[in-house]
Amino acid sequence: MTEPPAIETRNLNKVYSSGRTEVVALREATLQIPKGQVVALLGPSGSGKSTLLTIIGLVIPPTSGQVFINGELIVDGSHAKTNLRNYRRQNVGFVFQKANLIPFLSAIENVQIAMELNHTSSSKARRRAAELLDAFGVLERSYDKPSRLSGGEQQRVAIARALANNPAVILADEPTAALDSHRAKQVMELFAKIAHEQNAGVIVVTHDHRYLQVFDAIFEIEDGVLRQRVPVDT
Amino acid sequence: MNLAIKDVQHNLGRFSLTAVGIGMMLMIVMGMAGIYRGLIEDATLVIDRIGSDLWIVQRDTRGPFAEVSRLPKTMVYRVEAVPGIDTAREFVYHTIQRQHEGKPLRMSILGLSWPTDKGEWLPLVAGRPLAQNHFELIADQTLGFQLNESIELGKEKYVVVGITSGMVSSGGDGMSIVTVSDSQAIQFDSVGEALRLERSARERRALDVDLFLKQPQLVEQLSQPTSQLPAVSSPQISAVVARIKPGYNIEEVQQTIANWGDVTVFAKADQEDLLLQGMVDKARRQLGMFRALLTIIAAVIMALILYTLTLDKLHSIALLKLLGAPDRTILGILLQQAIGLGALGYGIAFLIGQQLFPFFPRRVVITNEDLVQLLLIVLVISVLSSVLGIWRAMRVQPTEALMG
Repeated sequence: MTEPPAIETRNLNKVYSSGRTEVVALREATLQIPKGQVVALLGPSGSGKSTLLTIIGLVIPPTSGQVFINGELIVDGSHAKTNLRNYRRQNVGFVFQKANLIPFLSAIENVQIAMELNHTSSSKARRRAAELLDAFGVLERSYDKPSRLSGGEQQRVAIARALANNPAVILADEPTAALDSHRAKQVMELFAKIAHEQNAGVIVVTHDHRYLQVFDAIFEIEDGVLRQRVPVDT
Repeated sequence: MNLAIKDVQHNLGRFSLTAVGIGMMLMIVMGMAGIYRGLIEDATLVIDRIGSDLWIVQRDTRGPFAEVSRLPKTMVYRVEAVPGIDTAREFVYHTIQRQHEGKPLRMSILGLSWPTDKGEWLPLVAGRPLAQNHFELIADQTLGFQLNESIELGKEKYVVVGITSGMVSSGGDGMSIVTVSDSQAIQFDSVGEALRLERSARERRALDVDLFLKQPQLVEQLSQPTSQLPAVSSPQISAVVARIKPGYNIEEVQQTIANWGDVTVFAKADQEDLLLQGMVDKARRQLGMFRALLTIIAAVIMALILYTLTLDKLHSIALLKLLGAPDRTILGILLQQAIGLGALGYGIAFLIGQQLFPFFPRRVVITNEDLVQLLLIVLVISVLSSVLGIWRAMRVQPTEALMG
């Protein structure tokens, strides 16, 4: 029996309405991302990348279409099949263009909180947070607030937070935008490593075409239409 | 991890300053309650401390505290003769204003019935009760007199032999306690010129009456000071206070005396009610309304502050929602901070109030009951004030964390 994909969408449509005006952000978007794969999502600004990411991340509902995670139907049109906030907490990790750390928490607390919200005990969460920060080379900055961290350090803390609960799905929205090329390459390789080692499905939205070789598949989106570019063009 | 505390630690300066501001405002609310209590306590102080069961006053008047009441001194003996009366004493009470060390000084004069009452019941903080019928005075410390200081009132000098604490009139004026005869001398003191004019007018009127023409000695009597005219009038007292013998029914004794045509009798509770419902009622209600208004204003200001604090956290709240934080986590942060702010403000109000209230010109009485009541009000205000912020926080969408 074949293993279900980490992420699957079927015929996703998203229409934003404002009065009589309707904007179609996604049209019949269908994709499958097997477990352990990292895929890139390319597209110009306003093409629907973030909309797709937020629908897969269970943040906003699609107008129609379905979202499956690990083969389980989670969203069917605007109907949620489960408590999305709980499901998101346990199964989805986010990394943003800006690190988006909570300003009143230290680096280690920013990682810890993701686990505590998921009912991990405080001491266990603290230990795991320290391990993750160590793995990303920012352990010595554990007790610094985000305002005292560099952009790269903040981003590594944010990635550590995204991984804290061992999510099935990791969604990264232009995670290298604030980083220099060396650090950007490291981050991209890190996502590939995480996908392979943790058997997670990872989607990375990026404008940076220099590191596409690290991805297992590349999707392009334009005017809400999603298509897969195969094979990977290096 | 307590997110509310973490946020407060991060913004400690601003949170502390906000708490101080709220604390100052709550201190005013607390002070208003204290002034309100002080007003009531001051008003009923003499009635409570003098320890009488019945107040006999001039017919159809409301007693010495509410209006002028005049009774002949002989009323004491009439009351004493009533079955069931244990003791009856003269009561003289009036307010005067004199110059003292170049400043106007208002004081209420309380006359004690010498020798039965020397003021042993007074709350003395220094000195002693009265030891002689004349020229000794016990003063409340609010008047600023020193022990053994000589005070000139009318034509006589009085030595301060005792200092009391908390003996003030319902108007907040400090009390001076002397014997009844001294208090009457102070009350009916007139300057020499006024006496001479009054005496000469009296003599002139006598010349129109045949009786005085035939009896020159009567005219001589008329020429004496008013206080020495026994046939015309004797110095009068404000009231007679009486204590009932054990085993007698107060209402029955009260009814016996009330049947006399020239007096009205109040039980102690009646006299207190008259004071509270009459003299201090408007001031009491005004303070009560002012206090209610201040409480509402404090609630509105707290709501605005908490709303602003919430607005500053909207991005973090959106982020927490994106991370999957349940609503109760967000609610917990806002409620804990609101209650914390209220409780801290309350503590600051109490501490500052303890230092400031003694300097207020009128007595501020903070009772445990009022403190508990205000604490509950503050907690309710804190919760209600956070509703606006909670409403805003609940409307935040996780997608807002993805913006900017």
